[in-house]
Amino acid sequence: MARIDLVDLAHSYGGNDAPQDSFALKPVTMTWRQGGAYALLGPSGCGKTTLLNVISGIITPSRGKILFDGEDITPLSTQKRNIAQVFQFPVIYDTMTVGQNLAFPLKNRGVPKAEIDKRVAEIGRLLDLEPYLNRKATRLTADAKQKISLGRGLVRSDVAAVLFDEPLTVIDPELKWQLRSKLKALHRELDLTMIYVTHDQTEALTFADTVVVMHDGRVVQSGTPAELFDKPAHTFVGYFIGSPGMNIIPAEVRGREARIGGYVIALNRSYDKLPIGAKIEIGVRPEFVDAVAPAPGLLSAKIERIDDLGRIRFARARLGDAKLAARAPAGFTSPDGTAGLKFDPSHVHVYADSLLVEGAA
Amino acid sequence: MDKTINQKAWFLVLPVFLVVAFSAVLPLMTVVNYSMQDTFGNNQFFWNGVGWFKELLDPSTDLGGRFLASLGRNLFFSLVILAIEVPLGILVALSMPRQGWTVAASLVILALPLLIPWNVVGTIWQIFGRPDIGLLGYVLNHIGLDYNYVSNDIDAWVTVIVMDVWHWTSLVALLCYAGLKSIPEAYYQAAQIDGASRWAVFKAIQLPKMNRVLLIAVLLRFMDSFMIYTEPFVVTGGGPGNSTTFVSIELVKIALGQFDLGKAAALSLVYNLIILIVCWIFYTVMTNAGAERKPQEGAA
Repeated sequence: MARIDLVDLAHSYGGNDAPQDSFALKPVTMTWRQGGAYALLGPSGCGKTTLLNVISGIITPSRGKILFDGEDITPLSTQKRNIAQVFQFPVIYDTMTVGQNLAFPLKNRGVPKAEIDKRVAEIGRLLDLEPYLNRKATRLTADAKQKISLGRGLVRSDVAAVLFDEPLTVIDPELKWQLRSKLKALHRELDLTMIYVTHDQTEALTFADTVVVMHDGRVVQSGTPAELFDKPAHTFVGYFIGSPGMNIIPAEVRGREARIGGYVIALNRSYDKLPIGAKIEIGVRPEFVDAVAPAPGLLSAKIERIDDLGRIRFARARLGDAKLAARAPAGFTSPDGTAGLKFDPSHVHVYADSLLVEGAA
Repeated sequence: MDKTINQKAWFLVLPVFLVVAFSAVLPLMTVVNYSMQDTFGNNQFFWNGVGWFKELLDPSTDLGGRFLASLGRNLFFSLVILAIEVPLGILVALSMPRQGWTVAASLVILALPLLIPWNVVGTIWQIFGRPDIGLLGYVLNHIGLDYNYVSNDIDAWVTVIVMDVWHWTSLVALLCYAGLKSIPEAYYQAAQIDGASRWAVFKAIQLPKMNRVLLIAVLLRFMDSFMIYTEPFVVTGGGPGNSTTFVSIELVKIALGQFDLGKAAALSLVYNLIILIVCWIFYTVMTNAGAERKPQEGAA
């Protein structure tokens, strides 16, 4: 049970003197509140596992501090932190039964036997492992093994946070869903801080109440799934979250309008103080762009193909060098391969050097 | 599905069949033939039935006594070197570096004794242990230990065992090291989080994961030590007396020293049979251990 604060935390596998660009984890300051369900989302190599290992103590950070409830625990070893971690591949102790596996962390800490038996029974029940407690752990399926790994973390009553490092990688799709629901249920029941690392946005968005998006060693945004969807703080978030991702189009922005190749798109807010010399782009989710019949005053684009996703159709269009996706309303066809694009001004965001610019009302 | 019948496959098997016949079956059958007969030279043979085998298993006869005594010595030797080399090999593997240039260096150093021809190993130790010119023998005698492998049974045994440990512990260590290397890092990290002590990590992770290679190591070392000939022969020649005469040394004495082809043939067959049986036991244990690991369905 703890709030976790990261204070100016950074890590480089090349040592503290390496150039900052090469840091696997660039300086980050943030707070994980007690009892939150967090997802750490980002592509492979973005530093999310590094961040997780720094929190669990497997890696000592090159810089900065980690506080548990305000107490600096940076120099403490993994054993001394009350952290549980579930790895990508199930880790079980081959020679032991499921029950012995669950008891292992308590035995190592010298907990009395009666107490161990009680906790193991409790966790076994919580994770639906009861029928297997006396079976050899090696013989179980991957998802049962992952539950054991999780159980070894939960069995300690003092555990402050549970960290998951892409725990569903080796699980069958159908069981993935079950196990994820189980995790959510456990989170509600146990009031634990959970941090879940994944590169799968569906997993992240369904598991977490707060999603932390990482890109190139940096935390680029942290917010609810809705916030990430409606107002991406970074073009990467817009692009990475959502399917298809956000359209990012270079544009000239002045006041309440954006110009793309001579066409004007109205904006809901006014952008008068854009940084000079920055790369200005507008970002809009495909859901808020309609492909319609070409008409004067509308930005016209070449339609390359139309993807039918069942409930919704997306037109894949080309605008000069830029590719973009737009919603194709029912009945939309494009006999000559061109279409007009209609933007919803309230959902068009302006980005300067990839970062969201808040306009004035 | 209908099976296609095609007798041409026999032609593909035939070459192997011929090679095996000439390299294994015919020589073996010659030995079987000899084991049933007695010879007094001049290529004259007399039928003896299972007589040699009866004698071989009867300790009151000369042949049986020699065979069973050397078999006992051989088993004792194998057990002793296994009891030393396996734990020592594990220990060496555990203390080897995991990364950096020291890995290559220690691998090369470990591999060195394995690359030396067996009779050279024997010669090295034969000279090394001599009290007059050998470093080991000289130093031991100099500090007051009366060490002489030529005249003292125990000294001879110690020399032969230490020589085998020196020669072959590397093999066990290398196999164990390979087993250790194959353990994913996550296991150690999980154990760290679970608060496992060094000993608990060894017992719960490293030893179980080394299980398979250890079985192979024990099998190889048992077979090799059970068939040992060259090294002790070069160092002690089976002496002093018969104290380090192992089965293979006894066999050569009977076959080539006394030219008792019948006795020697019977002895080789029994010797061979023992090795086959032990091999089979190991194989069964190993495959069973492997089968146990297959995941079972229906557990979720």
